[in-house]
Amino acid sequence: MAREGLRYQTYSRRTLLLAGLQGIALGALGLRLYYLSIVNGEKYRLRADKNRIFIRLIAPERGEIFDRNGEKLATNTQDLRALLVPEQADQLEPTLAKVQQIIDLNDRRLGRIRRRISRQRKFVPVTLAQGLDWETFSRLNVEIPQLPGVMTDAGHSRLYPGGEAIAHLVGYMASPDEEDIYKSPLYQLPGFKIGKQGLERRYEALLRGASGTRRVEVNAVGREIRELPPREESIRGNDLHLTLDMSLQQYVMQELGEEAAGVVVMDIASGDVLAMASSPGYDPNEFTRGISNANWQALLKDPRAPLLNKSVTGQYPPGSTIKMVVALAALEQGLISPDTTYYCNGRHRLGDHTFHCWQNRGHGELNLLEAIAKSCDVYFYEIAEKLDIDLIADMASRFGLGATFDMGVDGEKEGLLPTREWKRIFQQQSWQLGETLNVAIGQGAILATPLQLAVMTARLASGLQVVPRIVSDVEGNGNFFAPLDVNPYHLETVQRTMEMVMEEGGTAHDYARRKSATKLAGKTGTAQVRRISLAERQAEGGVLENDELPWASRDHALFVGYAPAEAPKVAVSVIFQHGGGGSSVAAPLARRFMDKALEAYESLEEVKA
Amino acid sequence: MGTSRMFGPRRVEKSLLQRFVSLNWGIVLATILIATVGFAMLFSVADGQWDPWASRHLLRFGVALMLMLAIAVVDIRYWMALAYPAWFAGIALLFAVEFIGDTGMGGQRWLDIGFMRLQPSELMKIAVVMAIARYYHGRTQSQSRSLRSLLVPVLLLMIPFALVYRQPDLGTAIMIIAGGAATLFLAGVPAWIFVTAAVGIVPLAFAIWPFLNTYQQNRVLTFFNPESDPLGAGYQITQSKIALGSGGMTGKGFLEGTQSHLNFLPEMKTDFIFTVLVEEFGLVGATIVLGLYGIVLTYGLLIGIGCRNQFGRLLASGLAIALFLYVMINVGMVMGLLPVVGVPLPLISWGGSSMLTWMIAYGLILSVSVHRHVTIAPRGSGVV
Repeated sequence: MAREGLRYQTYSRRTLLLAGLQGIALGALGLRLYYLSIVNGEKYRLRADKNRIFIRLIAPERGEIFDRNGEKLATNTQDLRALLVPEQADQLEPTLAKVQQIIDLNDRRLGRIRRRISRQRKFVPVTLAQGLDWETFSRLNVEIPQLPGVMTDAGHSRLYPGGEAIAHLVGYMASPDEEDIYKSPLYQLPGFKIGKQGLERRYEALLRGASGTRRVEVNAVGREIRELPPREESIRGNDLHLTLDMSLQQYVMQELGEEAAGVVVMDIASGDVLAMASSPGYDPNEFTRGISNANWQALLKDPRAPLLNKSVTGQYPPGSTIKMVVALAALEQGLISPDTTYYCNGRHRLGDHTFHCWQNRGHGELNLLEAIAKSCDVYFYEIAEKLDIDLIADMASRFGLGATFDMGVDGEKEGLLPTREWKRIFQQQSWQLGETLNVAIGQGAILATPLQLAVMTARLASGLQVVPRIVSDVEGNGNFFAPLDVNPYHLETVQRTMEMVMEEGGTAHDYARRKSATKLAGKTGTAQVRRISLAERQAEGGVLENDELPWASRDHALFVGYAPAEAPKVAVSVIFQHGGGGSSVAAPLARRFMDKALEAYESLEEVKA
Repeated sequence: MGTSRMFGPRRVEKSLLQRFVSLNWGIVLATILIATVGFAMLFSVADGQWDPWASRHLLRFGVALMLMLAIAVVDIRYWMALAYPAWFAGIALLFAVEFIGDTGMGGQRWLDIGFMRLQPSELMKIAVVMAIARYYHGRTQSQSRSLRSLLVPVLLLMIPFALVYRQPDLGTAIMIIAGGAATLFLAGVPAWIFVTAAVGIVPLAFAIWPFLNTYQQNRVLTFFNPESDPLGAGYQITQSKIALGSGGMTGKGFLEGTQSHLNFLPEMKTDFIFTVLVEEFGLVGATIVLGLYGIVLTYGLLIGIGCRNQFGRLLASGLAIALFLYVMINVGMVMGLLPVVGVPLPLISWGGSSMLTWMIAYGLILSVSVHRHVTIAPRGSGVV
């Protein structure tokens, strides 16, 4: 079988050849594996870990906000939420339909959810519902395995126990803007909110705290399997302590009711703002929950402007409350002495223009003290004729008018102190003497905020450059204020006139006040917002009374004051927008605010004793 | 007779018991060990559960082992007689798939025969080698070298190739060609033909490229640049390499593979099961398993070399090489050395057809071993 032998030879040779080739191939595979697992093993181990280990942020608990007595103004409550990670949901609509059987989602809410899902990146969780009750929350948790992509979460949400009373100061929280979402990884956490207004915004960095991290093992679709130690806990944000006295603040708000008003009560010695009220208010908690469009529109359209903090943003003609400053300017210039008298017959002529005193029949002969006590306008027209407008502005600015104090509260405005230069720049005209006469009684171009008027009053009362503050743990303005650059004797004179305002014959005298009650000092103001025509003055009924006018044409009622008169502790300013007369409307309220504020001091003294 | 002197005088006919005793138990043992690795890996893929895969894999293996042993003790001449009928039966089944087959994984491949879903293309691989071995058994050396006698084997090869390719199942079609070509080579077909074919395959590849399905084109494209689309088609290979590499020398430990247990790996229980193995047992585990396959191959080739009839030689070596090629391609594929063509790892991957193929093939190889001393006439059919 030679041929068989030949065939066998070929076969066995070729078998060995193929076996050799297979062996080489096997060796190549072995080498490849060696290359992957030994040479590059470390790299692939890292990549395997990167696949499965995710770093998740732990949101820090936000610091709380307290008033001066430790009462909570902003705090955190547990918030039970349902979230959806679109990337992990197999099918969106069936999942939403199933969720809807457990949580009641209305069409508007669903629309908003769908919009968010379509706009955001698919791994960013979308909040389906928040503020769930325990029963719904646990029912949802039971159903979770059948709802891919749905998660539950017990987070924190902000609560403002003070509600409306402090809305303007504390502000509120809201979700970061869509375009800001990549600025911080924290912003991508579901339901994470940042301070959007007020102190919440201003002290965001302080209040927020530092986020922690935890490492979680996830599977290929991103579902968390387990947590891997170590875990870095988040650091709670710092608390913010305000100078505010919440009980006083609440009292003030309650007294103001629905009127459009701004009130500032200050501790003179420290500059601490004890109350800073703006009425009407709004509920900041509504913003935390997500305000409805209807409510938002209502807030925007309300003529009483609830969203504005009138005590710092509202700029009003100060009316007669400016008269102390004008008097001081004249005294410092030596133009008058406290005993200088003028005769008031109810009007004052300058050129062919007649300036009227509020007292139509005139005050007769009076000196400076009487002029302020009775708030005679003619007396101040006489002074103004000799006093340059720039000197008035200079004195006013020493008392804090025209300045902002950057307290952290939103919307602080400068007001307006008109000067010759201001007129030239902004109206391209030269200053007219008639304008000085108007400014001297707090009318015309001059504007001030309630905060500025409170600071002015505190400075008048103390003779120190009092600077207001509302956040007590922020360093800077301690209790040591430099004295004002004003002759103390002149200051005493003005303080005396403010006491006389509250005494018999003064514009803010309270007949019912007990003789033993704390002595107060103050000044009324009534700021006219409309021009009274000659025809109206000469008409039979005379000048129209405030209650005969539409709301927006009525006078602003103002009052500034301090107490106790002999040893001033608190200063107050009250502005009632279109409220009527200073003596009839603003003064009685201001008296109550001062008395209430002093009560707190007394109880503090008792505790010390 | 030179050969009888070479192997010494033997009693050619054996009783059933004698045949059973003379089985190559090394192959049986290695096969059982490989299948055991399969149980373990399927157990791991199911997160440490016997169900649904490991238990059924074990059951199937038990049945297939019986079948293998039964085939082994049947006289080789029966199998030779069945070579052409088996080929025709295979072709018939492929046609059946064409018309009544189940669709799975993007192609018509499966035939539901009640207790299992049969993949006729798998069985075809054996039938092709059998038929070619049968054909060349009757050819002399010079006949084997002639081009004219190549006509029938080419038909035996190309008809099933065309049918399987149409399913479409490029991977299995290529495996059929590879197994058949290896057998032709062993039978003595001139080497220059293979060289020419190997050179010619490059222009051919470009020629058939436009006719490939998009998914097949994508597989080839992502093979050349797997990182180009890490979340799409290249995802599988990227994740597979991460799993292989992160296993290191000794692996992450049984049931500790993160890539597999967290579902980053694709097709874990079928084509990518080797990846799970390497992730959990590392380079050491991979070497042991590849070594076991190597041992089985070596046995198969030795059986061929030790066989006294040409049919047995070609059958044993052809099948052994074809099956080992499976292992090569599967492992090369998961390592990113070859395109992902959907070739399972025999005995370890989940799936009845590939296991059945392996067990039938090694049943035949064992039969060759048992009947190695049998001489068969060139036309020698049916005679026992």
